[in-house]
Amino acid sequence: MDYRSSDGSTIDRHDQYDHGGPAPLLVARNLRKHFPVKGARGKAVRAVDGVSFTVAKGETLGIVGESGCGKSTLARLLLHLLVPDAGELIFGGEAVGAAGGIAVKTLRRQAQMVFQDSAASLNPRLPVRDSVAFGPFVQGSTKDEARAIARDILSRVGLDPDMFGPRYPHELSGGQKQRVNIARALAVKPRLLILDEPVSALDKSVEAQVLNLLRVLKRQLGLTLVFISHDLNVVRYVSRRVAVMYLGRIVEFGPVKAIFERPQHPYTQALLASRPSMDPARRIEMPPITGDPPNPIDPPAGCRFHPRCPFVEAICETADPALRVVEDGKSHFAACHLRDRVLGRGRLADA
Amino acid sequence: MTANDAAPLLAVDDLSVRFVGREATVHAVNGVDLTVQAGEVLCILGESGCGKSVTLRAMLRLLPRRAAITGRIHVAGRDVLAMSPRELRDLRGGLVSMVFQEPMTALDPVYTVGRQIAETVCRHTGCNRAAARRRALELLELVRVPSAGRRLDAYPHELSGGLRQRAMIAMALSCNPRLLLADEPTTALDATVQVQILILLRRLQRELGMGMIFVTHDLGVAAEIADRVAVMYAGRIVESGPAAEVLGGPAHPYTAGLLASTIHDQADNRDIEVISGSPPDLRRLPQGCSFAPRCSRRRAECRDATPTPRFSSPDRMAACFAIADG
Repeated sequence: MDYRSSDGSTIDRHDQYDHGGPAPLLVARNLRKHFPVKGARGKAVRAVDGVSFTVAKGETLGIVGESGCGKSTLARLLLHLLVPDAGELIFGGEAVGAAGGIAVKTLRRQAQMVFQDSAASLNPRLPVRDSVAFGPFVQGSTKDEARAIARDILSRVGLDPDMFGPRYPHELSGGQKQRVNIARALAVKPRLLILDEPVSALDKSVEAQVLNLLRVLKRQLGLTLVFISHDLNVVRYVSRRVAVMYLGRIVEFGPVKAIFERPQHPYTQALLASRPSMDPARRIEMPPITGDPPNPIDPPAGCRFHPRCPFVEAICETADPALRVVEDGKSHFAACHLRDRVLGRGRLADA
Repeated sequence: MTANDAAPLLAVDDLSVRFVGREATVHAVNGVDLTVQAGEVLCILGESGCGKSVTLRAMLRLLPRRAAITGRIHVAGRDVLAMSPRELRDLRGGLVSMVFQEPMTALDPVYTVGRQIAETVCRHTGCNRAAARRRALELLELVRVPSAGRRLDAYPHELSGGLRQRAMIAMALSCNPRLLLADEPTTALDATVQVQILILLRRLQRELGMGMIFVTHDLGVAAEIADRVAVMYAGRIVESGPAAEVLGGPAHPYTAGLLASTIHDQADNRDIEVISGSPPDLRRLPQGCSFAPRCSRRRAECRDATPTPRFSSPDRMAACFAIADG
């Protein structure tokens, strides 16, 4: 259990949260969001369809999945940027937006988001220091206080406030803009940071810089992170626990080490086996699975993965599998009828 | 690049592309030499803005008019830069064809994919519509589109991303090109689909004996498909050689930095090694080696002169002063 040794002191303390110990920072229970399809009555894009998980204080939860799996919708639900159709969100032990709970505005003071498109999420007509200062100002700081916060936070993300503060977004590179976005999110001193594909639009050398920065900030500020990405290698590097999503559902959930070393769901196994090897001598010879992820408007009946699953059996076409604890630990879950058989038939991801 | 290449399929010599604007001139490509043999896959590897896509497009002269192209490009012995518009039209999609990154924008949304493929076939072979349609069906089957007959009459928006890219590849292959240019063809695809397309391209390239240039920013993708790799930085090729050698033992500090900063099974409790700073502005390239401002092995001479290519073997090149000669 030493896969996050630099934060090592906190690991054991957090693990107890997973099993109903002291309250986790964020609990999502059966979140659902369907988008009606125009012109097709009764049809809806089932973007998020019953998703539950917890985020412990101080951990990084990775959410991974392909396009259309609902991971970005989920991120927006967590901040009530989209209002869930059903389900419950509990932040710091209090229900969000419910009677006796905390207001959405209070949630957004404590939880902030960094989006993928670093240019589109900054106001092109504001110098970046004003963009960063805007949050604290709206939350009640005076102008001078807000500016001081902006200066401090800009230097924390590695941008000299005198040099970069007065610049406009178009005068910055992609990596610098993403640093500004991180600074802006941190300016209101949130406890939770939700990052939706924060490095996907960046070049590799810049991606590494931003990931290193996030590590430092998380440690310095005691942040909790929800990190959404399609890139398994990045998720493995940053996360302590990982949720794998497919067509609006979590199909596997568990500690990062278990997910990457002993994946239980055939989809997770296929995802892992689809990663390029980085070695021309060990190329992938056969596609782990065929076809594309299906359209979330009409997800397949039964297990949503069954049309692409190499191990499909009769039961998969009719019954919807639930997330269940798998053998090798109380914190590792998978939603697959044939989990045991898959294990017996050799794992795809061993290569 | 090597001396013993009698007649390479593609020979690019001292290629430069500048975009001249009213306020500034963008030096996108600055003296690129490349060769591709028949049946060989060359990967051009680099980050955004390094000139890799411009280099690729220059081979078919698919650049706006204000692009000033200098140097020499020969495909199968023919001089591309001297071609008339008519000869160029025969070249594009005939001898040389291209697969683009975004199949949704590269395909025409108002025609069925079958019709678009057939159009290319008609244009280059002069056959009738029925024969072209038969060829289109054959091509969709070649690229393993399931129920190809039905998909012939589908519009691009009715296909998934993976199928669209397969249709794009079918169109590119329709006239048996000898050289296939692929510009990040898998970047817009999901991981499980990307690997399917890579395996497909590799198989087709081998079966049809085509030469291929594959442009990507992804080292893992390059490792999956390349025979040889050319690493580009600020419009220059800084390192080239067999894929296994370049990715297994990079010589140029930029290639080494790129490999180190790619996240791949690093321990999660340590910082990733990074290349500091960001790529240079192509309007104001620094004097000397373009990578020098970010380089950890920088010397005095790096700022004064552009390093010339050094060959450690006939097929292995790196342009860096910090590498010992011989």
